[in-house]
Amino acid sequence: MRFETAPAPHLKPIDSVAGVMRDVLLALVPAAFASVYFFGWGLLINVVIASAVAFGCEAAILSLRGKPLRPFLNDYSAIVTAVLLVFALPPVTPWWITATGSFFAIVFAKHLYGGLGYNTFNPAMAGYAVLLIAWPAELSQWLPPRGLGLDLAELNIPQTLTVVFTGQLPQELSWDFVSAATPLDTVKTGLAEMKMMSEIESDPVFGRLGGVGWGWVNAGFLAGGIYLLARGVIRWHIPVAMLTALFAIASVFYMADSSSHATPTLHLFGGATLIGAFFIATDPVSAATSVKGRLVYAAGIGLLVYAIRSWSSYPDGVAFAVLLMNMAVPLIDHFTKPRTYGHAQP
Amino acid sequence: MAEGIIESGRFPGGVSLPAHTEESTKEPIAKAPVPDTVVLPLHQHIGAPATPLVATGEQVLRGQPIAQASAFISAWVHASTSGTVVAVENRPVAHPSGMTAPCIVIESDGEDEPYREFEPIENYAEAEPVVLHERVRDCGIVGLGGAAFPTSVKLNVPQQSVETLILNGAECEPYISCDDALMRERADSIVRGAEMMMHIVQTLHGIIAIEDNKPEAFEALRTAVDALGEARIDIVRVPSVYPEGGEKQLIQMLTDKEVPADGLPADIGCLMQNVATASAVDDAITLGQALISRVVTVTGGGVARPSNLEVRFGTLFSDLIELCGGYTEDISRLIMGGPMMGFALASDEVPVEKATDCILAAAAAEIETRYDEMPCIRCGECARVCPASLLPQQLYWYARAEDQERLQHYDLMDCIECGCCAYVCPSHIPLVQYYRHAKSEIWIAGQERIRADQSRERYQLRERRLERQEAGRADRLEHKARRLKEKGRDPIQEIMDRVEHRNDDSGDSS
Repeated sequence: MRFETAPAPHLKPIDSVAGVMRDVLLALVPAAFASVYFFGWGLLINVVIASAVAFGCEAAILSLRGKPLRPFLNDYSAIVTAVLLVFALPPVTPWWITATGSFFAIVFAKHLYGGLGYNTFNPAMAGYAVLLIAWPAELSQWLPPRGLGLDLAELNIPQTLTVVFTGQLPQELSWDFVSAATPLDTVKTGLAEMKMMSEIESDPVFGRLGGVGWGWVNAGFLAGGIYLLARGVIRWHIPVAMLTALFAIASVFYMADSSSHATPTLHLFGGATLIGAFFIATDPVSAATSVKGRLVYAAGIGLLVYAIRSWSSYPDGVAFAVLLMNMAVPLIDHFTKPRTYGHAQP
Repeated sequence: MAEGIIESGRFPGGVSLPAHTEESTKEPIAKAPVPDTVVLPLHQHIGAPATPLVATGEQVLRGQPIAQASAFISAWVHASTSGTVVAVENRPVAHPSGMTAPCIVIESDGEDEPYREFEPIENYAEAEPVVLHERVRDCGIVGLGGAAFPTSVKLNVPQQSVETLILNGAECEPYISCDDALMRERADSIVRGAEMMMHIVQTLHGIIAIEDNKPEAFEALRTAVDALGEARIDIVRVPSVYPEGGEKQLIQMLTDKEVPADGLPADIGCLMQNVATASAVDDAITLGQALISRVVTVTGGGVARPSNLEVRFGTLFSDLIELCGGYTEDISRLIMGGPMMGFALASDEVPVEKATDCILAAAAAEIETRYDEMPCIRCGECARVCPASLLPQQLYWYARAEDQERLQHYDLMDCIECGCCAYVCPSHIPLVQYYRHAKSEIWIAGQERIRADQSRERYQLRERRLERQEAGRADRLEHKARRLKEKGRDPIQEIMDRVEHRNDDSGDSS
């Protein structure tokens, strides 16, 4: 009898790119729930906008590049980029800003570098950095969480759509009235006004961990991250190294002078730390490649996040920290080659 | 005493795979009937092919040498039954390329009459190690774990260099159960074989390593060791992780030492043999029986009755499949060896040889058939599972770029091709294929470099020779001219005279 031949190994591979990406999307569900509950429908509307643009750009560029559409459109990677970008944006970001970010992430950061697997920079963070530099005002229009003063979370879907697509708030509201500072913003401005940390922290925006509402969203990211670890989609090295480095440097400064430095817990549970540790820094394509390299890479991100938050004009620094360390990846990879079996230490 | 439970260490990486050995171990090992015709390849081992000793028409007996080892690394081949040599010619053999190779074809006379030249050695412990060693060589024994490296060559280690003889009973590839079955049924023979090899290399410590998913084999060996009162051999249970059966990985697990990159296990005091090889050594010494058969696992969803069979070499795969109830409708691929490192065959009309540990008739559901390769997303899972601590994702990169320098810097040559990386790759990249290709390219480049060096050397030697000749000629001429001058004669005038002289005589000579 005659048979078809094929190379070893013959066993079915245990995972697929689409499977990995699907798990990442699934892991973002708890945080999405928390965000919708505390900050309204904006997140979901933005997800639809960003995903549609990302999917369209992906398809357009793939056909321009003469690549097969089906495997790449089915791998969910463009959607993951879009969703991660949206989590970095305020819930009522104007639609064209969300669309621009998504466009830049897919076309410039991803495909102009060669597409899936070839991008030097994390596409979602590259897209976000462009938006942050181009439209800083729009990107700081965060909303107060449910339960604190005026509740935009009470805006229904049509009202939210109106805000996102026309910028028109319902008649009784005005931007000055609804926009609220994030906890990290509050710290930044408070310290600039020479306030003591204890005064700043008396602001109602601070809850137990990382701020009212914000703490829950971040708990969602943490839950999702644990799910990804359990599924083996990510490994512990990057989140642990990044969080440890951030916690360590924050503790040092906090212990030296607690009146002018935010608590280490605020650094861990505030801002984009947890989404950064579990979803952004762990993007395999743009991260370092060996175990040792990943520890160095992630610790670098943790330290840079602290530096940017403390000594730059930006309240948060995850995006820039990740992009900076992306640049260092080839160097890190070069110096962290593991010792091969039977060889002396290189 | 052989307590058995020694905590073994770990090697980095590896994957847990479903064993799939229950199907083939339900029944004890069955003896496959001797076929009417056996086809015995001359090259069943690592090293040089054997040289035929018989011609067409000759009568041979079972166990009679029919081809001799032709080099230091080579192995003898013996007739697997008695009968007449009907051909010495190229026949299809089990090879990934589907090629043909020289084989000796014997038509059985149905008598299976044994060759009695190898005397049983009653008490091996009193025999000279060299006698036992020669017997192992003369009986054509090779490593039966699948690699088929000549055992006598492997036993040829410097005096006192081996501290521990390790018998490999890990059998980590899924589906393969021939060693498991052999350990359950012939534990005595395996332990005796171990003792004999310990005698050959003069070591006082032996380890038999068995994966913890083979409790029956473990018990059988422990009983055998106890019954023989053998205190020098430890039986060690090791966790079931693929590719633990790899020589380097098992050594690392048992001794926490690594075989140096350009060295041999003997460099760190180890020598490893497969359990089935040990049993073959016992047969050769105690019974005087050459290696003419082995246990083969025939299994997979593509065959009706998976089983372990004791098979004479030269039996065709197709005959074994028939014995196991034939193919099922789901048959999709025929693999020699296991699903991780075995190779797919284009035809089942090939003979069982010394390296045939498993014939896997895989159903479509058991194997990868889609091959939808995506770009590498650098997830690093391949590096996590690599037992050699390589960076497969980087190797893939450089293999595609054909950057041989980087490939060597990243130790491509240390890849053992276990397939763990490809198994966990979410992008379904056939990584091992890239590495094999790159390795052969590097090998070819190396050969070309050697050839280029040789021709350069030849050219330089020739240039020097010509120079020397030229210099010698000039010397001689000068010397001659000087001599003539010393005699007071002008060389030019001399020649002129001679020519004139010849012209005078020309009338006579024509």
